[in-house]
Amino acid sequence: MATLFGSGIRRREDPRLITGAATYTDDVKLHGMLYAAVLRSTYAHARLKKVDARAAKKAPGVVAVYTGADIQDKVNPVPCAWNVPDCDLKTPPHPLLAVDRVRYAGDGIAMVVADSRAAARDGMDLIDVDYEPSDVVVDPEKATQKGAPQLHDEVPSNIAFTWKVAGGDTGKAFKEAEAKVSLRIRQNRLLPTAIEPRAAVASYNKATGALTLWATSQNPHIHRFLCSVMLNIPEHHIRVISPEVGGGFGSKIPVYADEALVSYASIDLGKPVKWTEDRSENYKATIHGRDHVEFVELCGKKDGTVTGLRTKVYAALGAYASTAGPGVPTILHGLMYSGAYTIPNIDGTVYGVYTNTTPVDAYRGAGRPEATYLLERLMDRYAAEIGMDPVEVRRKNLIPADAFPYTVATGITYDSGNYQAALDKALGMLDYKAFRKEQAAARKKGRYLGVGVTTYTEICGLGPSQVAGAVGFGGGLYDSAIVRVYPTGVVRVYIGGKPHGQGEETTFAQIVADEFGLPVENVEVVAGDTESTPQGWGTYGSRTTAVCGSAVKVAAQRVKEKAKKVAAHLLEANEDDLEWKDEKFVVRGSPDQAKTFGDVAVMANVAWNLPEGVEPGLEATAFFDPSNFVYPFGTHICTVEVDTETGVVDILRYIAVDDCGPQINPMIVEGQVHGGVIQGVGEAMQEVAVYDEDGQLLTGTMMDYAVPKASQMPELEVAHTTTPTDVNPLGVKGVGETGTIASVPTVVNAVCDALAPLGVTHIDKPLTPARVWQAIQEAKGGAS
Amino acid sequence: MIPAAFDYARATSVDEVLAALAADDGTQLIAGGHSLLPILKFRLADPSRLLDIAHLDALRGVHHKGGAARIGATTTYRELLDSAALRKSHPLIAEATSHIGDVQVRNRGTIGGGLAHADPASDMPAVMLALDASFTLQSKGGERAVPAREFFTGPFDTAMKSNELLTAIDVPALAKGSGSAYVSFDQAASGYALVGAAAVVALKGGKVTRADLAFTGLSENPFLTAGAKDLVGSDGGEAACSKVASACISGVEANDDIHASAAYRTHLAVVAARRALTTAVARSA
Repeated sequence: MATLFGSGIRRREDPRLITGAATYTDDVKLHGMLYAAVLRSTYAHARLKKVDARAAKKAPGVVAVYTGADIQDKVNPVPCAWNVPDCDLKTPPHPLLAVDRVRYAGDGIAMVVADSRAAARDGMDLIDVDYEPSDVVVDPEKATQKGAPQLHDEVPSNIAFTWKVAGGDTGKAFKEAEAKVSLRIRQNRLLPTAIEPRAAVASYNKATGALTLWATSQNPHIHRFLCSVMLNIPEHHIRVISPEVGGGFGSKIPVYADEALVSYASIDLGKPVKWTEDRSENYKATIHGRDHVEFVELCGKKDGTVTGLRTKVYAALGAYASTAGPGVPTILHGLMYSGAYTIPNIDGTVYGVYTNTTPVDAYRGAGRPEATYLLERLMDRYAAEIGMDPVEVRRKNLIPADAFPYTVATGITYDSGNYQAALDKALGMLDYKAFRKEQAAARKKGRYLGVGVTTYTEICGLGPSQVAGAVGFGGGLYDSAIVRVYPTGVVRVYIGGKPHGQGEETTFAQIVADEFGLPVENVEVVAGDTESTPQGWGTYGSRTTAVCGSAVKVAAQRVKEKAKKVAAHLLEANEDDLEWKDEKFVVRGSPDQAKTFGDVAVMANVAWNLPEGVEPGLEATAFFDPSNFVYPFGTHICTVEVDTETGVVDILRYIAVDDCGPQINPMIVEGQVHGGVIQGVGEAMQEVAVYDEDGQLLTGTMMDYAVPKASQMPELEVAHTTTPTDVNPLGVKGVGETGTIASVPTVVNAVCDALAPLGVTHIDKPLTPARVWQAIQEAKGGAS
Repeated sequence: MIPAAFDYARATSVDEVLAALAADDGTQLIAGGHSLLPILKFRLADPSRLLDIAHLDALRGVHHKGGAARIGATTTYRELLDSAALRKSHPLIAEATSHIGDVQVRNRGTIGGGLAHADPASDMPAVMLALDASFTLQSKGGERAVPAREFFTGPFDTAMKSNELLTAIDVPALAKGSGSAYVSFDQAASGYALVGAAAVVALKGGKVTRADLAFTGLSENPFLTAGAKDLVGSDGGEAACSKVASACISGVEANDDIHASAAYRTHLAVVAARRALTTAVARSA
């Protein structure tokens, strides 16, 4: 039997993307459409004394201007939808437009609607805003200190929550430890930088009371729900269409004020309204990622056994709690503190902190890269402390392959794994021992080579809905699919997820085509329109293949069960005597008596001759709720050479061995690993969002924010091992974020390893040449 | 990123351009546009009219007379790289040009536009300083030549008057036994130089007879170092280059920003200077 599962066929979505034929939100053009521009605060913290839009309203082409005061009684604030329990979470209101106070440079103040984009932009310049500046704080640790400027009156010390995770007896572990290490880690703030900035087009039909909203969303059903909340429109009157989405990386999970604002304007004006972000606006008004200050410690025995981990983390939330903001540095971060290891005692405290910065939310990996980074940096420090090879320390602490399912000290249970196999494979690809020899020889010649090895696992395939409820996530985490077979035997699959680059239009078609014995061309996957797709929860958290793909599989199986009944009836055979062979239903022992899926599709749809009690039609819906998260894992290795004279780092080799279970399409998996690793290398090497003391974003354009370019990135050597999970019928795990999660510490550990002979123990990422050089100077005790 | 409204016209002759500049009517010239358009989109400038000179053939092309090169101001970086004759006569130009922007920028960006824009971290000014090039400036009243070494008067500021058009760049022939090199350390986001050093040397009978070294990105202006002359008369060896490199940044006030501290830039300048000089010497052989 021909199987598509496991075949690296080309992505079916690519031709239209590559040729520019795809429709993005900004491509939507409607009759009579107006254009909106949002005036954003130039101050990071100020009282608004006056917002005077009179001149703007009179400007040529301007149709309307809305200020915070105009709309505050008519709409609701931007909701936070992840209300993490048991941490005293405070989420003060985030008005769609600021009324009396702005809290970050980028906070919306007014929206201009005009008959052209240019007129809307020109109108913005005519709004007279009188600011009374307040003191600013941008650092999450400093924001909690005595005397720091307060962002929200109801949030003392700017602490939005204090979240704790504990298992074992960490105090005792540290007291009895033979060795311990500690680090202060700065997790650099990142700008997600999807190629397509955010956009929204709203069209309100006064006659029906229905709102159609085209939006750059990773999760149109969540947008429908939260826009309903902001706009006081019943959910069934809102249709959200998320057309082609040009990358999200988490930044298009949240709902933003802008989407509600264009909707409000469309309702008010009775015309369609479009808003499209430009890049500078994107860098100010779309969520940022990471931004922690962390104090972390690891302890253990001199034989390499790690016995305890302790953390104190100040995680920036930005000026307001974004949609999933509180969940990222807690549930998706602290629960993963054990990593791939059997650390019996863990004690973590995370402070969520409001700062005068753009809100922080999920960015590729979302909390897990930060957890993996701090743990893997500590593992290397610990190895150095006890004089043991860092690979051997890891090996000593890895969860044994026969111990799964394995419950770690933070209380979560890993589904499956064989960490040693991935480690051995990666070490073999490098020839680790040979590299260590080469490194020693090079050092004698004054050349500084280094190697970083990360053994990781991560939590994804979000997730069981019961757990979602228990951890305060404002929705379910199941997903859904409708498999609809047309009379001619072609198939459409409507899914609750919203792929935006991950390739599920191809991989899900592979699943269904395999099930029915059809060519992949006969199966089309439809996503992104709440009108046609069943309730789902979107594409993020490396969940779509594991969860939505499982729904697709289950729905396809249901269709096939019915098809089998129909086939048996047509063949006048007992259903139990049929087998699926050579892409046909065949009467066992009588290969001539057979029906193809196409034969059955016709009859099921015309219903001329169906078995008794069987309804016409051939389609099925499935809602799949997994029994657990999935935990992909692997080993990444990086080797570098550092020019100690200039601080320039040259990545020599980058090896990624990942295990996401069986691969539906290896080429797509490889692409995901490539993209993920590159984003992680960007974080490790060059990306950082910098605010000055006044809360101005100094890296507000691509001239200053270093998104990785192909010419700056290493070649990648990608391989895999295959360990299935039993929490879904496909056996698959997510792979969209593993690259980012694993690569950041791998690169930093390699550079720190290279510079160890100079006395460098830690450098905060990104490892720009300037920072590496500075670290070398400081280690030498020389002048800065 | 929407600029304020402006008119646009394509110039049909150099005379039309000079007349527009003389009229001082808010017209701004545009060639490749890679520096100007972002400025307009950020609304840092709002000219009433853009006059496009990119296609004026009279301002375009690379012409040689002996070993000297005359480069039209609207010659694109791509055309510089494609000129085999220029690679032969002045390999330093191609070496630095390959550092500029990316493929799209090099396809559209022009050498004259970049020089007239005078970004203090762009690559080409250092090259022109080291090569001792001369710039032809035309106005309705006539024409004058300004040495590159007198052209760059400040960040984004030049000796050009508002009624003048940069029409050509003259690069003198290099003596036999010359060698050159451009070494830059780029800012990862912009690709502009944190520090770039351009070196031109000549050797005769094992002794250095010429040594010109210019920096970009290091301080508020690209500049030619006086100290490089100390290499003349030496053997141009590693030690001599190193000594000159260290000495020539003395007294320079280095830029300090989020990408590199003044101390780091100063250090990089020494490294870039040493590497550029030693490479240039090696290439002179």
